[in-house]
Amino acid sequence: MTSSNPSVFLLMVSGQIEGAHFPEYDDLYCKYCFVYGHDWAPTSVSEVQISHPVVLSLEPQHTSHTALGLEEGISQITSKGRDSSQSLVWNFPLDITFKSTNPFGWPQIVVSVYGPDTFGNDVVRGYGAVHIPFTPGKHSRTVPMFVPESTSRLQKFTSWLMGRRPEYTDPKVVAQGEGREVTRVRSQGFVTLQFNIVTKDMKKLGYDTTSGEQAPATRLAGTEQPYGS
Amino acid sequence: MSTSSDLRDKLRKKRRALQESLGKVKDDTQVLVPSDSDVTKENEHTAVEELTGRGDDPGETLRRSLKAQRMKRKKKLLEEMSMEGPPEEEMLQEEVTAVQELQQELEDHSVETLAEGGRSVRLQRDLPPLPVARADSSLSESSMRQRMREKLRVARSKAASLLQQEASLEPPSRLRGLRDREALTRFDREVDPDLRDEESSFSARVKFRDAARRATRDARTETGLPTAEEAYKFFTFNFDPEPQERRRKNRTKKKPRSTDDEEEEADEEEEEEEEEAEMARAHEGEDEPRDRDEDAPLVRDEEEDLFIIDQSAQDFLELKKAEYIGYNRRVLREREVLFTPSTRPVPPSCKLPENVQPRYLEEEGLYVGERPPVILSNQNILENRILKQDEGRKWFGDDGRIMALPDPIKESSSRPPLYHLEEELDPTLQTVYRKALKSKYVNRYIAGVGDTQGDYQLDVDVSGLIFSHHPLFSREHVLGARLAQLYDQYLSRQHKNLTCLLTDKLNGLRNTIRNMLELHSGEGISHVTQQRIAEYKQEVRHTRQLRDSEQEKDRTLLKSIIKVWKELKSLREFQRCTNTPYKLYIRREEVQRALDEQEQEAEILAEVAELQAECEEDYERKLSEYRRQLEEWKSWRKKLKAMKKKQKKRRPQSQDVDEEEEEGEQSEEELGEEPVKPEAPEKLDIAGLEQQIREKAARIRRKPGEPVLVPELTASSPVTSNEQCPRGELARREDVSKRSLFVKVLYNDKEVSRTDSRSLNADFRVHFGQIFNLKIVNWPESIKLQIYECGSSSSSLLAEVCVPVPESSVLTGSAPSEELEFSSNQRVACNHEGVGSDVPFSFAADGSNRQTLLTSGKLSCCVSWAIGEDDIPLAPPSAQPGAGMHSGLRQMDAIACIGASGLNDMKKLGKWAAESRLDPNDPNNASIMQLLSVASGGEVAVHDYFRLEQLQEEFNFLSDEELERSRRFRLLRLRSQEEPEFRNFKTIPATEREISEKVFEDYERRLKEGELVDTKEHIDAHRALVAKYLQKVCESVINRFLISKHYYILSDLIVEDDVPSIGVLGLNLFKLAEPKRPLKPRRKERKKVTAQNLSDGDIKLLVNIIRGYDIPVRKPHASKPAAGSKSARSYTETFTAASSSQTALQGSEWPLGQPVIRPFVEVSFQRTVLQTSTAEGPNPCWNEELVLPFSAPNGDYSTSGLQAVRDEVFISIFDEVLHEVVEDERERGSSVHTRIERHWLGSIKIPFSTIYLQSRIDGTFKLGTPPVLLGYSKERSLGSEGGYDAVRSLSEGTFLTLFITIEPQLVPGDSIREKMKDVKFDTQELERLLLACEIFEKDAGQRFPNRPCLTTVVDINGKTVFITRFIRPLPPPQELLDAFPNNPQEATELVARYVSLIPFLPDSVSFASVCDLWSTCDQFLTLLAGDEEEHAVLLCNYFLSMGKKAWLIIGTAIPEGPTAYVLTQEQNRYLIWNPSTGQYYGQHDTFCPLQTVGCLVNADNVWFNIQVYAAPMRMSFDVTKPKFWKPFFSRSFPDPGLSSVQPEDLVYRRTDKAVAAELQDRIEKVLREKIMEWRPRHPTRWNRYCTSTLRHFLPKLELSGGREVAEEHRLELQSLLGDYRISGFPLHLPFSEIRPIIEAVYSTGVHNVEAPNVEFALAVYVHPYPSNVLSVWVYIASLIRTR
Repeated sequence: MTSSNPSVFLLMVSGQIEGAHFPEYDDLYCKYCFVYGHDWAPTSVSEVQISHPVVLSLEPQHTSHTALGLEEGISQITSKGRDSSQSLVWNFPLDITFKSTNPFGWPQIVVSVYGPDTFGNDVVRGYGAVHIPFTPGKHSRTVPMFVPESTSRLQKFTSWLMGRRPEYTDPKVVAQGEGREVTRVRSQGFVTLQFNIVTKDMKKLGYDTTSGEQAPATRLAGTEQPYGS
Repeated sequence: MSTSSDLRDKLRKKRRALQESLGKVKDDTQVLVPSDSDVTKENEHTAVEELTGRGDDPGETLRRSLKAQRMKRKKKLLEEMSMEGPPEEEMLQEEVTAVQELQQELEDHSVETLAEGGRSVRLQRDLPPLPVARADSSLSESSMRQRMREKLRVARSKAASLLQQEASLEPPSRLRGLRDREALTRFDREVDPDLRDEESSFSARVKFRDAARRATRDARTETGLPTAEEAYKFFTFNFDPEPQERRRKNRTKKKPRSTDDEEEEADEEEEEEEEEAEMARAHEGEDEPRDRDEDAPLVRDEEEDLFIIDQSAQDFLELKKAEYIGYNRRVLREREVLFTPSTRPVPPSCKLPENVQPRYLEEEGLYVGERPPVILSNQNILENRILKQDEGRKWFGDDGRIMALPDPIKESSSRPPLYHLEEELDPTLQTVYRKALKSKYVNRYIAGVGDTQGDYQLDVDVSGLIFSHHPLFSREHVLGARLAQLYDQYLSRQHKNLTCLLTDKLNGLRNTIRNMLELHSGEGISHVTQQRIAEYKQEVRHTRQLRDSEQEKDRTLLKSIIKVWKELKSLREFQRCTNTPYKLYIRREEVQRALDEQEQEAEILAEVAELQAECEEDYERKLSEYRRQLEEWKSWRKKLKAMKKKQKKRRPQSQDVDEEEEEGEQSEEELGEEPVKPEAPEKLDIAGLEQQIREKAARIRRKPGEPVLVPELTASSPVTSNEQCPRGELARREDVSKRSLFVKVLYNDKEVSRTDSRSLNADFRVHFGQIFNLKIVNWPESIKLQIYECGSSSSSLLAEVCVPVPESSVLTGSAPSEELEFSSNQRVACNHEGVGSDVPFSFAADGSNRQTLLTSGKLSCCVSWAIGEDDIPLAPPSAQPGAGMHSGLRQMDAIACIGASGLNDMKKLGKWAAESRLDPNDPNNASIMQLLSVASGGEVAVHDYFRLEQLQEEFNFLSDEELERSRRFRLLRLRSQEEPEFRNFKTIPATEREISEKVFEDYERRLKEGELVDTKEHIDAHRALVAKYLQKVCESVINRFLISKHYYILSDLIVEDDVPSIGVLGLNLFKLAEPKRPLKPRRKERKKVTAQNLSDGDIKLLVNIIRGYDIPVRKPHASKPAAGSKSARSYTETFTAASSSQTALQGSEWPLGQPVIRPFVEVSFQRTVLQTSTAEGPNPCWNEELVLPFSAPNGDYSTSGLQAVRDEVFISIFDEVLHEVVEDERERGSSVHTRIERHWLGSIKIPFSTIYLQSRIDGTFKLGTPPVLLGYSKERSLGSEGGYDAVRSLSEGTFLTLFITIEPQLVPGDSIREKMKDVKFDTQELERLLLACEIFEKDAGQRFPNRPCLTTVVDINGKTVFITRFIRPLPPPQELLDAFPNNPQEATELVARYVSLIPFLPDSVSFASVCDLWSTCDQFLTLLAGDEEEHAVLLCNYFLSMGKKAWLIIGTAIPEGPTAYVLTQEQNRYLIWNPSTGQYYGQHDTFCPLQTVGCLVNADNVWFNIQVYAAPMRMSFDVTKPKFWKPFFSRSFPDPGLSSVQPEDLVYRRTDKAVAAELQDRIEKVLREKIMEWRPRHPTRWNRYCTSTLRHFLPKLELSGGREVAEEHRLELQSLLGDYRISGFPLHLPFSEIRPIIEAVYSTGVHNVEAPNVEFALAVYVHPYPSNVLSVWVYIASLIRTR
């Protein structure tokens, strides 16, 4: 795998959905999934080690999708903290490795947040998507969340009453632009994500994503405190 | 408290345990603990742990723990006190801030929690900095205590005295309650520290605190045993909270005022023992409101005091309750400020002044305009509001209403109409085109201003100015200025010394010529040399002329200087005073006369010689010219003469003079005009030449021997003082002294600064010497200096000077000062000696020789870029792209300095330079020479065309061709274009080399095949064409589809419930009360899955096979009785047709009364084959579920991809036959060998698309059984089943009950169909009709959502067509009608059979279910492919032409789903025809596949079924009854008389029999090959005899339509029967392609027979019908030799 001519590059993502800030709601949980292009495939570490050059075939690939990282997840339900910040904390881990041949269709993480409404029905509280950062290192992202609006006031009322708010047919819609023009959305809150990105072979394939300056060094110095102060 | 004591106990225990465990590592812990960072880190952990550990109420726990902690610590301190604890530690502990304390507590707590958790691993780290850890030694505790007590007493008395002392110092005027003072006194008496604490006065406490602080400080300095103060402090630290609380209660009851004290007490605690901060605050919070009311300032005082004692920030926090004002109070308060205008009308009395009756103008007959309409309530609000104001009444008119203007909106536009018909537009209204102006301020900012680099500074140094003329000049001044000017000129000329330079050059040139001539010395001067000499001579002449003119100028200048000086002198004498200090000295330089003369003479001679030579040359040239001209003239003369002679000769012949004259003229015309006779050039007069030169020399040079005069101007002459001056002069001088000047500096036309005002000197010089530093943001465009002159009162602009913006290399310090001339054309006249400006004056006394001078002068200034502190020039970079247009920093280019500014064409410049023969050595030309060398060297190619995106090429990192060639890029592009091969291509390799060309092979082949149709698959060229056409239609439809695919509607993206109706809402509200988990669960609809996020293996096909009916049974051999085993019976050859007539006979033959058959069902889909278990009997029950995996082609699981799946599910029934194989007779007793054979009995095929669209298929289906099944017969069991038999006898055949569905349930592509409705198709129908259709369909859909209703359809051109237009009687082929001329029933069936033989091709497959396309009958017959609608329409049309009453049924059937059938009315019953199979059913047939009837269509109308039931069995087909059928065209909307889209007649082509025969052979060959291919491990033998027999049999089958020939057939095969066991059957198919035939044969599984001695027989028969409709029969049989 340490060949000088790699055929794929790897993007290892670990991190967490740290929490959210929804001023009005409580007891929320979230769901995440990834949206990525044709040239991307989630992979597991063990597979990477025995990976071989990409075999090109037009046959439908009957690969099993079991045990290939964590492509989706549903978090626990969290309640608001007692402190003044009133934030919801999930600290829900993310861990996935992608392999790809093409930066086109760079993966995005789609987070959707759900929680009970006043009647106890589980309704959606927000959708949001963000690209996985492409530079190695630690990143944190704050994703604004939104929900689709009802088409009319009456519908808004009935949906509120019945606890059946409008939802996207597929949360992955929020990661793409097609068809969005027919929807109207309202913003809800924010979700904070933290990513630790490791890339491999990107530079060898000609994709240089690191900036010239070396930022992490200073950051390390900042966090380390002198002993006994 | 019990909990806290428990905790305390626990803690103690734990600590003890800790101590024990840590006894060994005591030292380590000591090191470990005090580090703050450690502590905080740990706290981060522990805090979380604690919170999670005790989820119930963290605040409560915290408080409890705090309390416990405090008590614990108290105890600890007591312990410490009793032993010899090091005092430093205590001090430290005291100093710990509250935060740290809290941390510590948490830490302690964490120890506890951790210990509880049994995690002893972390104990070491979590160890608190407890001195207790080392306090386990309780030696001599009692003695210690005693000592302490003594000390305490000492300390207490000390402190008490201190306090007393200080209390007495307190001023008595202090605001103090009596009780407090009492307390003070009591304190004096009281010794108990607790009591003292409670009642001690505030100030005393403060003092005490100070004392305590002092004590601590002391204690810190001296390290020894606890001092008195410390000891005292121990006691003050630790008092029990419990009695305190009790006391507090008492006290609050008894005397509320003391809460104040108490609170302070609490504060004190807080200060001294921070652990109690929480508690104290809690109390404080309670007491707060009362405090504020009672003694607020005091509290504040105390706070200030608190501040003195260094406290942590937390202690200053004061928690207050949110201020709350009761609702009623607030309302009361608000009432004062707020006012809500009521909507009630105001009584008119309020609106009018008192005692005034409202006056209505309208009633008085006056016109009142219409008031603008205002809502009454709003008006009332306004009136109420206005009345609230002071002068509210003035808003009301006499009639008591608000004054209002009439409606301001004009009825018509007041603007004049823009366009009069045919008239020109009013010129004032005409649109005027103005060119777009570029904003002046765009791009004027220097890029990068704001950052450090954009720090630019311009230094403007205005040093001074000198006037060359000024209105206040006296005449002398004018002369003086002129003299000075001349002298300046002289100096500058002297400096340049042009004369000398030119003289030297001339000499040099002369020498060169001489040298050249000498070198060659006359002989052999080459042409080149000659030319060069000539050039030099030319140069010499030129230079000489230049030199002469320069010399002349020098001379005149000198002369004029002297002249002006003389004038000046005379003027001074004349006016008797001196105004100017000018004085001219003329120095005389003697020269040696002889030498001078000699030089002069030589010069003259040389000149003369040259001139002579030149003149000679000139003469020569002229002479030669003259000669040539002379020649010409002479020749002309000769001609003339000759002509004249001729004329003379001619003259005698004709004596007409006129004629002669004419001729003469003629001749003259011929010769042309008479050339002027050239005059010979004059010979040169050398003497005259010399004379000329000498004269010139005398004029421009000094005479030989004359001394060289060098003028020298000084300003040393004394100026006459004012007293001696005449009056006019004095007035002038006074005027001058009044004048002062200043200079304004303008940058980009904005004044940025100005100099000080300086007075004008007598010599008209002003010195400013000021430097202005301009910090610039904008690009410099202009820098102007304006000179202002201030008179006595006002100042006026004198002149304006533009300073060029310096180049960025011009920097302060190095830049020379420039003198800029200025002038003003102001007319100024003076009434004194001043000459004024623009006023004529004269020097002469007589006033002659008048002169007019304008004010002018020179300004000396310098503009340069500043240099920063670190020697960085603060100049912008000179090459600013984009800014060049606007920057004033125009390059001071070389071209500009030769006066050709704006000349940018390098080529032209080069040309010009070459032409003008610039001297490369001339310093003036240096810059242009450099430019030229650059231009010629660098060759700047300037395109002479314009390009819009001139930078595009910069971004092209690859040429387009290379990009095209790149395989990777191509792959990416094809995928993006959604080419079917690449649409779902995953992971395009990162590098080119990993992509092989093979990837594109399929695609390229397909592209090629677009043109070429594989003729092998098709019968002839016609079919090939059809296929091609079909493909094109398909493509166009798919394109349409692709457009609509990217067209989203809301429901595609968002799931939203519809607005429920009231009933549903009520029901749902009722549901809220329902239990969440009902005991009796109800079936729920399966969740539908959108197909997009599926992958291989996710979709499964569930086939539930329930039971079968009427499966043919094995025919027992008639002659031989059944012998033992079944197998023995089964190979008795029986050939029986499935005719019911025989069943009765055969039924008796079965020995057990039970027909023998062991059927099982096999389902094959996408090459997966599954089978059920084997059941028994003709009516078996399997009830088994088979799960078949599904994988979409290319992994495309999109809706469209799934719809395009062409795979079919084959469900076949087989009979399992067991043969006993007797290998050895001897083994018979001990072992049994059986071979299993399976015999195909029939099959159903269901396309996947049908399943997908229907989402489930449920019902009983008729099995497609062969007409002849060798060895099997239809079983008719008698007896018990008789009743049932009667029902079934109506229909023949085998049936299978099935349930098929897809797991998970997929959303069918209906949404796309819906969407296609939005995409409007073209149409030729009337709008009204379409509207009616829409309403009709909508209405139908609302009333009966399950009944399909169709009024408009899309034809093959994509146009919407009304459905009745498709129905028109059309004659079937004549030969079909001729076949049974006497039997209309037979003919009808034949026609149905013909229609069913046209291949079936569902639209959903060919057009990816985009929409249902209807083709007309001729198109259908041409295409030879179509789905139910086309078949039905054709059949219906045939029936109509045959004179039947026929309708088209739009309904649903199984397994097709929405489909079209044909209904005919025969006598008094209705028949339902399935056009795809040719079968017909009675209305009451149970097994009729038609399930729902939606509407009926015929040529005139459409009827929608509005009956209760939709099943054909339970409904009436009488369309005349409006109760049952709702007609589309009714009386209210009559039929507009729609013409049919069908052709008038159908043309049938007779099918070539030869072609059919050829096809027959080909099919047979292909099938043979295939069967052999399918049996790779066994030899395949063909029985020729049997084959030929079968072949003869097939045409008969065709003729009979597959019926009633079995018996005959049986006989025919009789000869074979003895030897072989035959199983086989004929298959019948319509022909479209070979592939389906192969599939059908494969699905029978005949080839699977693996007996070693098996033989096969295969016969194919193709029967041609008109128009290429072919019926294909395949007879396949396996024969096993039994002997």
